Amino acid sequence: MPALKDLVQKKEPLCGGHRACSGCGAPIVVRQILLASKEPVVVTCATGCLEVVSTIFPYTAWNVPFLHNAFENAAATCSGIEAAFQALKRKGKTKAEHINFVAFGGDGGTYDIGFQSLSGAMERGHDMLYVCYNNEAYMNTGIQRSSATPKGANTTTAPAGKVQAGKKQFAKDLTEIMVSHDIPYVAQASIGNWRDLTSKAEKAFSIRGPKFLNVLQPCRLGWGFAPAQTPEMARLAADTCFWPLYEVVNGEYKLTYKPKVKKPVVEFLKSQDRFRHLFKPGNEAILESIQKETDRRWEKLLKKCGETQ
Amino acid sequence: MPQLAKTGNEAMAEAMRQINPDVVAAYPITPATEIVMIFSQFVADGLVNTEYVAVESEHSAMSACVGASAAGARVMTGTSSQGLQLMSEILPIAAALRLPIVLCDVNRALSGPINIHCDHSDTMAVRDFGWVQIFSENAQEAYDNVLQAMKIVEDERVRLPAMATTDGFIISHCMEKIDTLEDAVVKNYVGEHKVINSVLDVDKPITLGSIDLQDYYFEHRMAMADAMNHAKQVIVEVGQDFGRRFGRSYGMIETYQLDDAEVAIVALGSTCGTARAVVDELREKGIKAGLLKIRVFRPFPADEIIQALSKIKAAAIMDRSDTLSSQGGQVFTEVRSALYEQSNKPLLTNYIYGLGGREISLDDIRRIFVEQVEAAASGKVRGPVQHFGVRQ
Repeated sequence: MPALKDLVQKKEPLCGGHRACSGCGAPIVVRQILLASKEPVVVTCATGCLEVVSTIFPYTAWNVPFLHNAFENAAATCSGIEAAFQALKRKGKTKAEHINFVAFGGDGGTYDIGFQSLSGAMERGHDMLYVCYNNEAYMNTGIQRSSATPKGANTTTAPAGKVQAGKKQFAKDLTEIMVSHDIPYVAQASIGNWRDLTSKAEKAFSIRGPKFLNVLQPCRLGWGFAPAQTPEMARLAADTCFWPLYEVVNGEYKLTYKPKVKKPVVEFLKSQDRFRHLFKPGNEAILESIQKETDRRWEKLLKKCGETQ
Repeated sequence: MPQLAKTGNEAMAEAMRQINPDVVAAYPITPATEIVMIFSQFVADGLVNTEYVAVESEHSAMSACVGASAAGARVMTGTSSQGLQLMSEILPIAAALRLPIVLCDVNRALSGPINIHCDHSDTMAVRDFGWVQIFSENAQEAYDNVLQAMKIVEDERVRLPAMATTDGFIISHCMEKIDTLEDAVVKNYVGEHKVINSVLDVDKPITLGSIDLQDYYFEHRMAMADAMNHAKQVIVEVGQDFGRRFGRSYGMIETYQLDDAEVAIVALGSTCGTARAVVDELREKGIKAGLLKIRVFRPFPADEIIQALSKIKAAAIMDRSDTLSSQGGQVFTEVRSALYEQSNKPLLTNYIYGLGGREISLDDIRRIFVEQVEAAASGKVRGPVQHFGVRQ
């Protein structure tokens, strides 16, 4: 893990001046991950907030090669670039000895519409890192629910109304699904614990083959909090075990952050507008079910990590 | 030149082997499956040094092709029908990024109802996506067209992707004797792939696939339109050069017995072979029949068609697909549009035929020619759009 003072000396892969919202966590994800690369990187990006705010023609915020193709195919596109690299390297037509190929997709482009493309690329074993910048909804199109959206969250396609209290389902556990692909490295991280995230990126880059990183990225617009609180929201997610930080190296689970005191999940929920309706009388059972499910998933993870509560 | 017995699919796969592309990303689909099966075997046997990406869908096939081509690789793929439709979101992106990808496309009916046999509805459905479209009459042309497509797409005046097509089963699965070129000749013919810019160039980072709004999108689309216009000249040059080198010349269109013809059939693909035989037969009987084969549908050879039909009294425009617009098939609407301002133009009848692989026989073509002779004599057509060979 490089020292912070060294990291800040590195050339920014993504420069300022882009059009992301104040307090947006997506550029933080990109910078913390790409700064951990010791080798050149080539970036592929799914359609979504990150691509839209960073590439408005004729400008670009990217200081590294960047290709955006479409919404659901960042993984397939990245796999094509990697295949080209392998072919050209074999034919002596590329100078670079090794390049870190990184695909970024939001949760919509990863959990939902891009899921097949991701699964295919990981199964084929391409030497690439897929990063989901997971803000738990379709933020670019105006906060619609995805399969990463937590239960109870208010989104524009699973809104809180008079007879419904936001999304009915718990979030899909994509990280576990990626573990089931038996790829060499899978990790769950967040921008709130930057040392943990950068270490995971560094580890991913040191491994050849397919890697997957699921990074929680609080969205101040979609979640409803003040822009300065972005990292704090991510830390709360980890401290409540709502978003555990762990990694799976060649099938071996390791918890990389264990909160000293496990905070109740309401600490996380009550800090955001998207859950505000849950605190009205009558929704106690929903809050209870979220705590219960958070506990169940946490206990399951602890077992897998060989930890005891 | 080695003479070989090849199906259309084998001929296309052979052309791919000789081109030896850097990357092939493909997914199986009837009747194009053989192309990628045969090519996979070439990879497995070490006959090519291509990186073969066996993707999980055609959508990912075209997506990976875009990634690989943007990385400076020479890229090919193959598909048909539903596969082409699944790719169709990415096809215009490949064109807009000006990526010189060559796709071996086997024409097959679109679902539904599901059908695996030949018609042109799949290829016609993607005609406005910025891809050069070349139709083949037989396996020989399939082979020649794949080789020429590679030259066309990589020309700096074009830099648009291309699909070379055959007719499902009729060409893809029928064995014919074809003349192939020596491997070294093909290698020399296609030459080294010239990389203009690449996302693998880490010293000169580029951003590709930017969001392009009201202030630039139109100019970029205009550049594509210009490239498609330039493609006409390039296709003709490449076709003539191919003839000089290897004895088989190609153009945007091909005419057969058309110079002094009074009646004509205008068709694409394998039907041209059937029409050719009937033209010969009618000529023996003293009927001045001719054939206009449209080899390249995109870019559309309007000037060539105007010229070729200028002395024809009545022409049958054959469409192996339907726009379902009540205005006839794609070939008909475009030919009619091209002829609109001409004072010398034939009476036109549109024959929508052969959907879902329905046979078009010598007798059918004879009947269509007879109807043109009648139209030429009476000055009237039975109705502009006929669905030919469909049971009432």
